[in-house]
Amino acid sequence: MSVLVVLEAGHRMAGEALTAGRQFAAALGVPLTAATIPADLTYTADGFTAAYEAHARATNPALVVFAHTYQTRDWAPKLATRFRKVLISDVIAARVDSGSPVFVRQLFQGKLNSDVRATGDGPHFVSVQAGAFPPVEAEAPETISLTPAVEPRQNPEKPFRESTRAVDLTAAPVIVSVGRGIKDEGNIPVVQKLADALGAELAASRPICDAGWLPMERQVGSSGQTVTPKLYLAVGISGAIQHLVGMKGSKTIVAINQDPNAPIFEVADYGIVGDLFEVVPALVEAVQRAKS
Amino acid sequence: MKIIVAIKQVPQRDSSLRPAASGLWVDEANLGYEINEPDAYALEEALQLREKHGGEVIVVCAGPERAQQSIREALAKGADRGIHVETDAVLDTLQTATMLADALRDETADLILTGLQSDDLGYGQTGVVLAELLDFPSSTIIMQVEIDVDTLRVRRELEDGWFQNIEMPLPAVLTIQSGLNKLRYATLMGIKKAKSKEIRVVQPAAPAASTAVIEKVYAPQKSKQAQIFTGDAKTAATQLVEKLKFEARVL
Ligand SMILES: Cc1cc2nc3c(=O)[nH]c(=O)nc-3n(C[C@H](O)[C@H](O)[C@H](O)COP(=O)(O)OP(=O)(O)OC[C@H]3O[C@@H](n4cnc5c(N)ncnc54)[C@H](O)[C@@H]3O)c2cc1C
Ligand SMILES: Nc1ncnc2c1ncn2[C@@H]1O[C@H](COP(=O)(O)O)[C@@H](O)[C@H]1O
Repeated sequence: MSVLVVLEAGHRMAGEALTAGRQFAAALGVPLTAATIPADLTYTADGFTAAYEAHARATNPALVVFAHTYQTRDWAPKLATRFRKVLISDVIAARVDSGSPVFVRQLFQGKLNSDVRATGDGPHFVSVQAGAFPPVEAEAPETISLTPAVEPRQNPEKPFRESTRAVDLTAAPVIVSVGRGIKDEGNIPVVQKLADALGAELAASRPICDAGWLPMERQVGSSGQTVTPKLYLAVGISGAIQHLVGMKGSKTIVAINQDPNAPIFEVADYGIVGDLFEVVPALVEAVQRAKS
Repeated sequence: MKIIVAIKQVPQRDSSLRPAASGLWVDEANLGYEINEPDAYALEEALQLREKHGGEVIVVCAGPERAQQSIREALAKGADRGIHVETDAVLDTLQTATMLADALRDETADLILTGLQSDDLGYGQTGVVLAELLDFPSSTIIMQVEIDVDTLRVRRELEDGWFQNIEMPLPAVLTIQSGLNKLRYATLMGIKKAKSKEIRVVQPAAPAASTAVIEKVYAPQKSKQAQIFTGDAKTAATQLVEKLKFEARVL
């Protein structure tokens, strides 16, 4: 019995998976092991699943730990299914209680939490959320190198990036970011005025770009840009994890939201609970006064 | 082309959510429901593929009786028929995918689309599990779908603005990311037509015991205390700007 950490070659969350694995191994009182498939071997869901299935059957770990990355989302559920288990995904904390692991996961995009108990015999499968288990300086466990084992059905081409971005949000010292609270494309000027008053770039959460109200290149989050301005104002944004990973490193964060329980307030330094259609115009005036 | 779209019925966005008295799920009294957002994009993609290649679009939803409203909504947008897997339980993803696989096995689908993630449970895996149970290839977080006879070429979203095109044979399962197309609205005509479209109701076999049991649902503990300004907008705005200028020194 062991805790097996799956290390995604070259991914920045590998250290976080190790931290989680180390913590779970200590709690369960079993050794920590790790495995990886080197970056020069092409990723496919079929190939990775087969390789790790063989390894897990041979070593019978109590728990297999992943970072909750896009690649993990693509194949780890297949692996878990081969063992008739659920991948307990995107967990933010864990403990051992009466002999079995209990994981904390968010529901409803972070509005509620749940305790999920992994029942029955292992292996159990768990992926950890970005930022929940920060990497620490510690000795790395022995890491086994695996090779994709089957002829995959997927035939992947080379990854590419869309043409260079016209706006580089990462260079902006101040960002005003707008979310679905703005309700309608016609209301975008409300936040544009605030951005103008602050000399800020305008950015957005994903739904705003999905709807075409602002161009994709202004999207902040896991599938957009990662920004760390000295001031980030989130207007009508709920604070789903995929948005937070793109902006929580900002120096000062301000949230404006009518829901006092919106998860965005958890990462904010300052907040106004209220209707953005009243608050934002008032803020424009206050900023103009302060600057004049 | 026979395309199946798995849609989940979830509480409306901006619903006020409270743990149920049992502590095992949310209090469902007074909740309104809607189609899970990425599933709506999956449906739209299926309808556009049908417009291009011909064939049939079938929506499937596992849920209680109220799930039929969401199926009707999909029929009103243009799906040809529906399958309602009737179940009242809050299921884990393996249980749900097993029920969906059982209901779909005899449909001989060419393509199955799901959303990439549900708004309520947020496991982000039911489509991949379904693919595994049906022994179909799969790909996830899909932003573009092209079909050429029996091969599928899809664009997968990677992290940090990267993409990758992938080819695979049909039949296959794809999990669809929001924003890959523009959603249509149901027309009056569509709503009228939907009333006479077939919804097959399936009673699923009792699921195997969950290996990921929700023991407790609760409000997250607040860890960081933001300084919150309340009261009228003008006062709050003035106070905030003071803080930004003199405390955070970012203005
Ligand atoms: C794989 C994956 C990748 C993703 N990538 C990204 C990404 O890169 N970036 C991203 O942002 N999202 C991303 N998402 C989506 C993410 O999960 C959320 O769905 C999204 O961030 C929600 O956007 P929002 O906060 O604007 O909308 P909502 O969650 O709908 O929140 C709207 C908020 O506005 C508030 N509001 C409403 N009206 C008012 C008003 N009048 N005044 C004040 N407040 C009001 C509400 O209280 C609510 O909190 C991704 C999801 C997945 C699964
Ligand atoms: N009860 C259900 N009925 C139909 N489809 C579902 C159901 N649950 C999940 N799905 C599909 O699986 C996707 C991913 O859900 P999840 O794994 O819970 O994040 C959703 O976007 C739906 O397309």
